[in-house]
Amino acid sequence: MSNVMGLKAKLGLDVFKEDKEFHIRIKAGKEKDIRLKNTVLVCPAGLYSENDNGEIIIGVDGCLECGTCLLVCGPEVLEWHYPSGGAGVQFRFG
Amino acid sequence: MVEETVEIFDAIIVGAGLAGLAAAYTLAAEGLEVLVLERGDYPGAKNVTGGRIYLNPVREMFPELWKKAPLERYIAHEEVCIMDKERSINVRYDGMELGMEPYQSYSVLRGKFDKWFAKQAERKGAMIVAKSRVDDVIMENGQVVGVIAGGEELRANVVIACDGVLSFTAEKAGLRKGAQAKNFAVGFKEIIELPRQVIEDRFNLEGDEGLARLYMGDVTKGKFGGGFLYTNKESISLGIVVGIKDLMEEEPRIEAPQLLDDFKQRPEVARLLKGGETVEYSAHVIPEGGYKVMDKLYGDGILVAGDAAGFSMNIGVTVRGMEYAMASGYFAAQAVIQAKEKNDFTRAGLATYETLLKNSFVLKDFINFKESLEVLEYPPLFKHYPELAGNIMKDLYEVPAGPKARLYPTIKKYISMGEMWAMVQVGRRMMKI
Ligand SMILES: Cc1cc2nc3c(=O)[nH]c(=O)nc-3n(C[C@H](O)[C@H](O)[C@H](O)COP(=O)(O)OP(=O)(O)OC[C@H]3O[C@@H](n4cnc5c(N)ncnc54)[C@H](O)[C@@H]3O)c2cc1C
Ligand code: SF4
Repeated sequence: MSNVMGLKAKLGLDVFKEDKEFHIRIKAGKEKDIRLKNTVLVCPAGLYSENDNGEIIIGVDGCLECGTCLLVCGPEVLEWHYPSGGAGVQFRFG
Repeated sequence: MVEETVEIFDAIIVGAGLAGLAAAYTLAAEGLEVLVLERGDYPGAKNVTGGRIYLNPVREMFPELWKKAPLERYIAHEEVCIMDKERSINVRYDGMELGMEPYQSYSVLRGKFDKWFAKQAERKGAMIVAKSRVDDVIMENGQVVGVIAGGEELRANVVIACDGVLSFTAEKAGLRKGAQAKNFAVGFKEIIELPRQVIEDRFNLEGDEGLARLYMGDVTKGKFGGGFLYTNKESISLGIVVGIKDLMEEEPRIEAPQLLDDFKQRPEVARLLKGGETVEYSAHVIPEGGYKVMDKLYGDGILVAGDAAGFSMNIGVTVRGMEYAMASGYFAAQAVIQAKEKNDFTRAGLATYETLLKNSFVLKDFINFKESLEVLEYPPLFKHYPELAGNIMKDLYEVPAGPKARLYPTIKKYISMGEMWAMVQVGRRMMKI
């Protein structure tokens, strides 16, 4: 079973605690920003995708809080915070 | 105002990772009033490592700590695997010294270790509050005098930013310039459970012995970085570390999660994982810019330690950050203890921090290896040479139906004069580190 397992299933193994709000948002007007396109490749949780309009969208559920997208896009493109205290992913092994 | 009832801690530490806990443990042991704020559900809940920790550099700083520490296996066997697309070369090193006490390194799981380390710091008297995210620093006349967490103002003589690679605390205090993707790598890994006996049989281990295996070459499709496999007591840590810039820009363009799936499906790797069950998937960014891009390590009322200060070193296939985190936390604590004696928490009063780091392995290593990123971020090392080595081995091992080619021409076929000259150049590059 350790073989190919879909990403969703893999993320489903992790423990997540719900947050009150989305901790990452794409800033208005930046949906087609060139920097944002890279997130599709770099996000280890595969949370970014491109829609039919050529805009990048994020589904923040399953975020591993790694920080890669923030480093790639910068704060002009992303409003990026850690989830509130006690929320978000909780690694049991790390 | 109720000014006089406000408690002022000797130090507030942001983040209960290795740096923060090392600082808290050391300060509390000296009787200082320490508050640690950690955003995770418990210390360790947000922390990811490869992981192997080397104890020699930090053993004496925490003499009571190691005997009962929940480490996994002591690394008695070292392997490197050079991967080409359809072949790989594996080198195993078994040194008697690796199997002798005190063991030099151990595999470790941070979810377990940090939780336990936090208990030890609490026993020394530190106050650790989890589920508490620090949102800002309080500045007065240019000096940091506390933090804001959960809407509450908390005050201290010194704040120690141990909040990891993205350190918003150092940024809010104005110590950090904008971070650039090219100075960071991203690591992602799986924990794969297997019965203890299977691990020992499969990896040829005796008892608590462990193995570290690093992969380079096709594991990252030739991008700067590598793969790792560490044996834990009852699981395997398997993952990839890759430069973020290479991931964005270098061909082939491949999504990060796919790299790990491809790695797991390599027959050489799949065989080792057979029957195992993935129980966790994690990811984390790693600073790798080193000394050249290091931001300020301290300011008025604030010190920065661990990954927050950029104390992580990626030398291609292996990352070291845990010892630097623990040692810098320890030295930050020493600097605070001295500052308290002088009752001077300004930049000048905290300057001993940098001196202590410079006199220790921490900054000595970073200065010695300051060229390493530029030297090692050299695509042929991750693509061309693994391929070349693989091809030579293939021909050397091949016995065709007809006569076997002589050895010298076989090697010569791959290593022309031009190739040899290129290798000399690579050798020269390497001499810088
Ligand atoms: C995949 C991978 C493999 C690695 N392999 C190795 C290895 O084999 N050997 C090695 O030595 N190093 C390795 N490293 C590097 C090593 O893991 C790090 O250098 C080390 O964890 C840094 O410790 P730290 O205490 O500085 O930071 P962290 O462990 O990141 O701790 C930071 C803490 O601060 C908390 N925090 C952050 N922001 C806030 C806030 N605003 N409020 C409250 N709390 C906050 C976090 O929740 C966290 O607990 C690896 C790293 C990765 C990602
Ligand atoms: S922080 Fe990491 S896991 Fe979360 S969205 Fe960004 S890249 Fe993906």
